[in-house]
Amino acid sequence: MPQLTYDGVTYRAAPGESVLDALLRQGVPIANSCRAGACQSCLLRANSGQVPAAAQVGLKSTLSEQGYFLACLCHPTEDLQLEEAGGLEVAASLAALERLTPTVLRARVRTHQPLHYRAGQYITLRRPDGLARSYSLASLPDDHTLELHIRRTPQGQMSGWLFDEAHENDAVTVRGPAGDCFYTAGHPDQPLLLAGTGTGLAPLAGICKDALRQGHRGPIHLFHGALRPEGLYLQDELHTLARENSNLQYIPAVMEGGEAAGLETGKLDTVIAHRHPKLSGWRGFVCGDPTVVQLLRKKFFLAGMASREIFADAFLQAPAPQTTR
Amino acid sequence: MSSLYEQLGGQPAVDAAVDIFYRKVLSDDRISAFFDGVDMDRQIGKQKAFLTMAFGGPHNYSGRDMRTAHAPLVARGLNDSHFDAVAENLSSTLQELGVAQDLIDQVMAIAGSTRQDVLGR
Ligand SMILES: Cc1cc2nc3c(=O)[nH]c(=O)nc-3n(C[C@H](O)[C@H](O)[C@H](O)COP(=O)(O)OP(=O)(O)OC[C@H]3O[C@@H](n4cnc5c(N)ncnc54)[C@H](O)[C@@H]3O)c2cc1C
Ligand code: HEM
Repeated sequence: MPQLTYDGVTYRAAPGESVLDALLRQGVPIANSCRAGACQSCLLRANSGQVPAAAQVGLKSTLSEQGYFLACLCHPTEDLQLEEAGGLEVAASLAALERLTPTVLRARVRTHQPLHYRAGQYITLRRPDGLARSYSLASLPDDHTLELHIRRTPQGQMSGWLFDEAHENDAVTVRGPAGDCFYTAGHPDQPLLLAGTGTGLAPLAGICKDALRQGHRGPIHLFHGALRPEGLYLQDELHTLARENSNLQYIPAVMEGGEAAGLETGKLDTVIAHRHPKLSGWRGFVCGDPTVVQLLRKKFFLAGMASREIFADAFLQAPAPQTTR
Repeated sequence: MSSLYEQLGGQPAVDAAVDIFYRKVLSDDRISAFFDGVDMDRQIGKQKAFLTMAFGGPHNYSGRDMRTAHAPLVARGLNDSHFDAVAENLSSTLQELGVAQDLIDQVMAIAGSTRQDVLGR
């Protein structure tokens, strides 16, 4: 049975158990969130011992070469010497916290050294006590701070803290960036379709601004869905951006209460299908709630969008009870 | 004489076929339920594995692998009618791509040879 050495102490992994589960079970507090290999909260490094390739899927080659791996995906086959991936974090502080609606907070984070990222990627924000969650980047690298949009999750540990307890200048750390949902130059005339609900708008707004800054000339259609009009938290900003850029269309949609405000009403996928029955030749970006992401990417695909032209980022949540710190 | 896989066009041919084939499968009410609720990128990868195999390409799948991969589906009721539906979609994909009939026949023979393993018999 493989042995795991962490912080000078040796632990055993039971058959079939991941490194993450083995360490948590034995009381080692390893930061984690989605437990499905997406969020990269549980990044660890093996100084000695070979980790299975499956535990490095999706990591940058620069990371995997150094022995970094995802503890949630790692079913060890040999002894491993582990260390926390702390070295990749940069120190940061909360620069501004602004409630855009009762359930959406805009957090601006100042890293103490520049972070090289693409708008639409995500970072993992870590509190001094170790609690870590992923958030997508709505800002451009030239901006002075990282811009995050945080939805209040009922009883949520990180979102609750940011909404109710955190103060400007509080220290945090930032790890990242990660994710491959971002704009790439090279097809300046291709039509782009961006869609998401809730704070799925954060990466989409970032991608949109990035495309415009890089001189994208083709049409850009940004759909944002919310339950009710008050959930359309970036309306003014996006209407302004659309006025300034003739190739950008911003289409907010709600499930209910939209008639008075002249908003599109209905399910987001229906609203989009109505305007865009055929999507061959388009590139798509879908972000946010995993169920919505899954549905939209399927609808886009069936409407003719090529699978390699669909970029998606699902905001996976940590599973319910136990060891979430 | 080049292999069937080479005659069909190799990996680029698989890439060209995968979206057409997967779109057919997802739109086919007889079988779409088997492919729903699974991460799409992962599914596209699996479909490429499927096509590569059916095209007679370099693959390492054994009959046992086919049994293991489809065992959860057999438990959910996978039967001959579903198998026929997948085969039908494969054949019409190749027709749509303008593949010659004698090559299509060879692909269908390879796919057909996996029936017992896929259906876990
Ligand atoms: C790649 C990635 C990018 C992300 N980007 C963003 C972003 O830009 N903005 C953003 O707001 N979030 C984003 N998330 C989600 C974010 O990381 C956290 O999961 C979220 O903020 C909740 O964390 P928490 O600590 O507040 O809640 P937790 O303490 O983790 O959760 C509290 C409880 O709520 C449960 N729960 C799970 N889902 C729901 C739900 N939908 N409604 C109610 N309860 C639920 C949990 O299981 C848990 O029991 C992203 C996630 C990933 C993986
Ligand atoms: C025609 C013969 C078939 C062949 C040659 C074949 C081949 C394959 C291959 C190679 C894989 C990938 C296995 C892996 O890498 O894990 C796979 C997976 C899969 N097949 Fe088939 N298949 C066949 C028929 C079917 C049928 C009839 C169905 C259902 C209607 C089906 C549904 C699936 C599904 C859902 C998966 C993904 C399973 C998973 O997510 O792990 N297949 N198949």
